[in-house]
Amino acid sequence: MEWLSEVSTPLLILGGMALVFGALLGFAAVRFKVEGDPIVDQIDAILPQTQCGQCGHPGCRPYAEAIANGEAINKCPPGGQATINELANLLDVEAIPLDAEHGVEDVKKVAFIREAECIGCTKCIQACPVDAIVGAAKQMHTVIVDECTGCDLCVEPCPVDCIDMVPLETSLQQWHPDKPGDGIALIASDRPERHTDDRSAA
Amino acid sequence: MSHSEQRVTASERRAAREAQLIASEKARDLARELKIYDFHGGVHPPENKHQSTAEPIGSIPLADDLIVPLNQHIGATAIPLVKLGEDVLKGQKIAEGDGPVSCPVHAPSSGKVMAIEPMAVPHPSGMVADCIQIRTDGRDQWYPLEPVEDFRSRPVDDLLEKIRDCGIAGMGGAGFPTAVKLNPRGGAEIDTLVINGTECEPYITADDMLMREHAEEIVAGVEILAHLLDQPERVLIGIEDNKPEAIAAMKKAARGTRFHVVVFPTKYPSGGEKQLIQILTGREVPNEGLPANVGIVCQNVGTARAVYRAIALGEPLISRVTTVVGESLERQRNIEVPLGTPIRHILDSHGVDRKQLQRVVIGGPMMGYTIDDESAPVVKTTTCILAPTDRELPAPPPAQACIRCGLCAEACPASLLPQQLYWYARAEDREKLQAYNLFDCIECGACSYVCPSSIPLVQYYRAAKGDIRTAQLEKEKADRARERFEYRTLRLEKAEQEKEAKRLARKKAAEEARKQRERNADSPEAKAAKAESDVVAAALARVKAKQAAPEQQLARAQRALTSAEHRVERMQGKLAEAEDAQKAQLEAQLKTAELKLQEARQKLAEAEKLAATAPAQQTPPPAEPSITDDKLAVASSTSSAASSAIEKAKAAAAARASMSPEEKLATEIEALEKRVAKAEARLQKARSEDDPNTGAFETALNKMQDKLAAKRREQSGDEPE
Repeated sequence: MEWLSEVSTPLLILGGMALVFGALLGFAAVRFKVEGDPIVDQIDAILPQTQCGQCGHPGCRPYAEAIANGEAINKCPPGGQATINELANLLDVEAIPLDAEHGVEDVKKVAFIREAECIGCTKCIQACPVDAIVGAAKQMHTVIVDECTGCDLCVEPCPVDCIDMVPLETSLQQWHPDKPGDGIALIASDRPERHTDDRSAA
Repeated sequence: MSHSEQRVTASERRAAREAQLIASEKARDLARELKIYDFHGGVHPPENKHQSTAEPIGSIPLADDLIVPLNQHIGATAIPLVKLGEDVLKGQKIAEGDGPVSCPVHAPSSGKVMAIEPMAVPHPSGMVADCIQIRTDGRDQWYPLEPVEDFRSRPVDDLLEKIRDCGIAGMGGAGFPTAVKLNPRGGAEIDTLVINGTECEPYITADDMLMREHAEEIVAGVEILAHLLDQPERVLIGIEDNKPEAIAAMKKAARGTRFHVVVFPTKYPSGGEKQLIQILTGREVPNEGLPANVGIVCQNVGTARAVYRAIALGEPLISRVTTVVGESLERQRNIEVPLGTPIRHILDSHGVDRKQLQRVVIGGPMMGYTIDDESAPVVKTTTCILAPTDRELPAPPPAQACIRCGLCAEACPASLLPQQLYWYARAEDREKLQAYNLFDCIECGACSYVCPSSIPLVQYYRAAKGDIRTAQLEKEKADRARERFEYRTLRLEKAEQEKEAKRLARKKAAEEARKQRERNADSPEAKAAKAESDVVAAALARVKAKQAAPEQQLARAQRALTSAEHRVERMQGKLAEAEDAQKAQLEAQLKTAELKLQEARQKLAEAEKLAATAPAQQTPPPAEPSITDDKLAVASSTSSAASSAIEKAKAAAAARASMSPEEKLATEIEALEKRVAKAEARLQKARSEDDPNTGAFETALNKMQDKLAAKRREQSGDEPE
């Protein structure tokens, strides 16, 4: 009988602990349940939200979901290399160059409607993924520049071809200088004569 | 009695003693706090201040054209108030500030507005910005000024409004609207007003000369500033010890006031707002905070003088003292120059030698920037125009590799780690840059100055700051785009669901109605409904017949086709003749025309098919001289009008269904009478106004009267029966 209690005591203790922790885990799974897939949200936050579909998905979120399921991270031309780098950082994979099949990196652009030619067909309004075009049937349409993501989805449906994609101009307030060019490669003896003056000569 | 008196005097004495103690303690505090603190780092570049202090503040002849930028401050661009060709007077407001953080702009001299367009402005980008160009008339005639008499008796808000209205922005270089700075938000309690007369940057002497020559005006301005800030405990005027004349002048002017002129050793960049505050009070402005967070407001001496002139003389900010210096100039001095004076004009009137001139720098050699276009004007923040020779300010030598010597960290007045920031800026690691407090960098250039490898460190920081700001803006925009996209998707889904629900409901209702009808097929309502639907069906048939007679359609399609063909031909002809500029537009028009032609062809083909399959069997509907018929005739011309007419006809039919023929006739006559009366009135009006349509109105009235007479006959003929 001795051996029975010797075996049953640890069994009981371990079994009891298993039950308690199982209950705890079960409770935590219900109580702290995370809605949705957090990694998709994180990826979606990095994507540029142009909703242009150049990646082959109907919007940025579907592409984020696809990336979470293992699709390549280099299919977003509007985001360019910066977005690829950030995604690589987030997902801990290698940053690969942009896949040219889906388009090439370009300057930021916005749609512009040549209003004199607009016939008011509303086709572009229906195409705009972010409701950035105002207008009504048989009324002239125009683009809200601040809301336009430059996805160029409105260009193709226009029957009179009156939509241009124009590069976005930087305003004086938003301008900032570029990073200096890398001068380290320059050989010091190649500099022009005047640069050899003592700096404190003045 | 005497007992209580004694007690009163005792308590009085105690109170007096306490007050004395507090006062002495305060004085001790003050004395203690007036000691000078030091800030971390700093450098001692060659001062180069003597060149421009030899002469008193001068002036130059008025320029022919003044170019006044609409944005000379931090904040929103001002909105022009004048029109092209308008005559303006000196000091007249020509643009109004847009929003709370903005500044109005005034005409610096009298003249005519020649242009309001983008022109070169002093900005490191070399970009253009909206400016008002004024061609001066040389009379320099003032707009009537409105000084504020006895500012102490006026409410603070009025004075702030006056300062704002006079367009005063910080004149030390940043250009923050002064009225905003004097009105600290969140009710922060200000115990110290710091007046910045430091001017630590090499070459610049504008504030120095201003203090030497206009110390009284500055002190008067400080009095106003102190009044506006509810008389802060201490008012400190900080001046570096390399300006003995200015110190003497300011001390003399401040005699008899409670303002302290504090002198401290020269070191660059002690003129930075945060550095000066640390020197004078020992307090550090928190990360991403404002001086107001530590109970301090800091104003430049030039701003103090501008405030004095605005309040006491009513003068808006239309001129400033600027240092004109550099070895390529014949004459180096300070000038009081109207804002908007082109820099070329200033250089020319100081005998610039363009062979010697290496570049034009706005501001000093440490923090200034080069401009390429000399037509850019002097603005509210232009402290110095530096025109150096090659020898004087050589172009920076090529950068070499960072050797991690750490001199930059020793020199940094903000106690940052410049070399770490440099590496992260080169790698564009934004997170790390922010973690290393990049935004606390004041871009003073001390690190670049001491760097033995001549790395342009500040340029890296400026670029990185801009990058981060742009990225933040883009992130905000992306978030907004996501929100809008999600909302749109939601909306479309909802619309689809609603449509579906409506369709189902309609289907159900139709089913129900059919069942109902089947159940009591010969109730009076069903009959009425049937009669009504008969009327509607007949009307619809008529409309259809008129619209869809195959021959008619065929003819119409042919007409459309020929006209479209003509149009295309004409467009092609025009396109051949047109200039290049119009070509794009014409091509677009041609494309539309071609599209229309195609459409017309399709329609024609359809119409021909229809004409072939359906021989003209349809008999024209019998013409009934009734109001409904009139309406339907009109309705057939346009489909949308038709539907509304059908609605009306339905209503009329429903009404008539419950009437006897006599009643029907009576109502018809009544309606006709009304119409006749209306037509008569219209004709009367047309006649009185000599309308060209009078004839048409007349015939319409005659017709209607005939119709009315016929109805009346019918009625009277009916009655005997």
